[in-house]
Amino acid sequence: MAAAIETENLTKDFLVGFWRPRPYRALDGLTLRVEAGEVFGFLGPNGAGKSTAIKLLMQLLYPTSGSARILGRPAGDVMTRRRVGFLAENPYFYDSLTAEELLVYFAKLFGYRGADVATRVAAALDEVGLGAERRMRLRQFSKGMVQRVGLAQALLNGPEVVFLDEPMSGLDPFGRRQVREIMLRLRERGCTVFFSSHILSDAEALCSRVAVLAQGRLVASGRLSDILAFELKGWELVVANMPDDVRAELERRVRRVTPLADGRFTIDAAADADPARLIHELAGRGVKIVSLNPVRATLEEYFVQSVQAASPRQTGGL
Amino acid sequence: MRTIGLVAGAVFKESVRDRVPYSMVIFAVLLMAASYLISQLTAGQDLKLIKDLGLAALSVFGLLIAVFIGIGLVSKEVEKRSVYALLTKPVTRAEFIVGKYVGLVATLAANLAVMTAAFYAVLLYMNVTASATVHASWTAPALDPRLLIAVGLIFAELMLVTAIALFFSTFSSPLLSALLTLGLWVAGHFNTDLRNFENVLDVAPVAWMARGLYYVLPNLAPFNVKAEAVYGMPIAWSHVTYTALYAVVYISGLLVAAIAVFRRRDFK
Repeated sequence: MAAAIETENLTKDFLVGFWRPRPYRALDGLTLRVEAGEVFGFLGPNGAGKSTAIKLLMQLLYPTSGSARILGRPAGDVMTRRRVGFLAENPYFYDSLTAEELLVYFAKLFGYRGADVATRVAAALDEVGLGAERRMRLRQFSKGMVQRVGLAQALLNGPEVVFLDEPMSGLDPFGRRQVREIMLRLRERGCTVFFSSHILSDAEALCSRVAVLAQGRLVASGRLSDILAFELKGWELVVANMPDDVRAELERRVRRVTPLADGRFTIDAAADADPARLIHELAGRGVKIVSLNPVRATLEEYFVQSVQAASPRQTGGL
Repeated sequence: MRTIGLVAGAVFKESVRDRVPYSMVIFAVLLMAASYLISQLTAGQDLKLIKDLGLAALSVFGLLIAVFIGIGLVSKEVEKRSVYALLTKPVTRAEFIVGKYVGLVATLAANLAVMTAAFYAVLLYMNVTASATVHASWTAPALDPRLLIAVGLIFAELMLVTAIALFFSTFSSPLLSALLTLGLWVAGHFNTDLRNFENVLDVAPVAWMARGLYYVLPNLAPFNVKAEAVYGMPIAWSHVTYTALYAVVYISGLLVAAIAVFRRRDFK
């Protein structure tokens, strides 16, 4: 079965410099495969090449070498675009049109006719939470509202694959939460979501798989469950009613004991500590156990390690 | 074809809402003020002056609309990145270019229609209010249909200028596109001089180069029949037909070139 999104050695060089233009490699040999129904997080710091990769997939840019396929068809295939949605980073639309007029225009471009147009437009605007504002001209919209319109136009055709370039950009916490909910609904519908972000908590909450891009190169990729379960870093135990002698003894055995409010303490134990035995011992000496949690590698740590390990970008790409 | 129509419709809607009404208002005010002043100052020549002024204003305002909206159609879309949303829909880049062009031509047509109506309203007013003696002094009737031929050729010229502006805007900035288009418009009106350049400078290579430029640059002089229309001189239908055909061929060439450039363009 064809992957929803597939790239093979996708590379893009831009010429920089006015008098003596030299190639600057923005994306270097990206090979990816995203299966249908996945929510795929495309992570990387600013300038890593995320938007370049997405634009190559949408054929807003042409590759220097390599290839890209969406739903089994070459990127840029006009018929495939009927099945794809796209939200650009910081989108801009014709600001003399209202949100509703803009979406009606796009719905017709997708080939919808008659009553279908109105139904699709209303559903998309409802989905992103635009109410009476839909009849206002876009020049009166805030950045967050434009972002919602952008999201609505990306969902207008009930796409099988959606590309969202920094979808949370410009949104307040309420808007971000709403976008997360929309992405989860898309996943439930079986839609493949490919979204770029440098906000790791979003990726952590939504993605089944992530890829990390740095200096134009893919530096890491994998299932989020594998990445986050990659390494047990220790145990965090919260206790109450701990006598001073027990605390003094514990401070010699564990990494750290930190006092909290209301007579509670956090015990930071090493990964090789035996938490079951520790709990048993503490309970036997009258200490109340509040909670026990494993401490694992976070996506942020994984991201930072991957990006720092990336070698400098190639400047002479050709 | 449906896609081209949709893109053109959106251009028309946006242009009309945005800028075109202003030029119409300016034109109408200018024409009314001028006709009032002229009727106060001249005797017998007022009709010719109004026709001259009316056609010149149609030409100039039309040119401004063609250039400044024409260059904005593509380069501003690219600059502001509104092109991203459109080109990721089921729209080919060729459909995008042709749709934009058709939309602007429709905008121009609407604008010219309103300006022509205002022009004819003034002429009608002159026709109704002038005495029999003044009527007898006119070399051509106030509502001369030849004026419509002149307006038709102004429209054809503006269609060509729009295609030039669109072509430049597919690869250069709005300012550069405007300068290049206006430069070509000026060159286009003095193009015939290039054909006869050997009469001015008797150096063979320069004369060949000038002759080459004559064939490549648009020749806009034949579109100008304002003098004939104002003074009631005959305008040959063969001239109108050949000039219109020339416009069609030149516009087609420019659109093909614009599509070829735009098709390979990267949007960073």
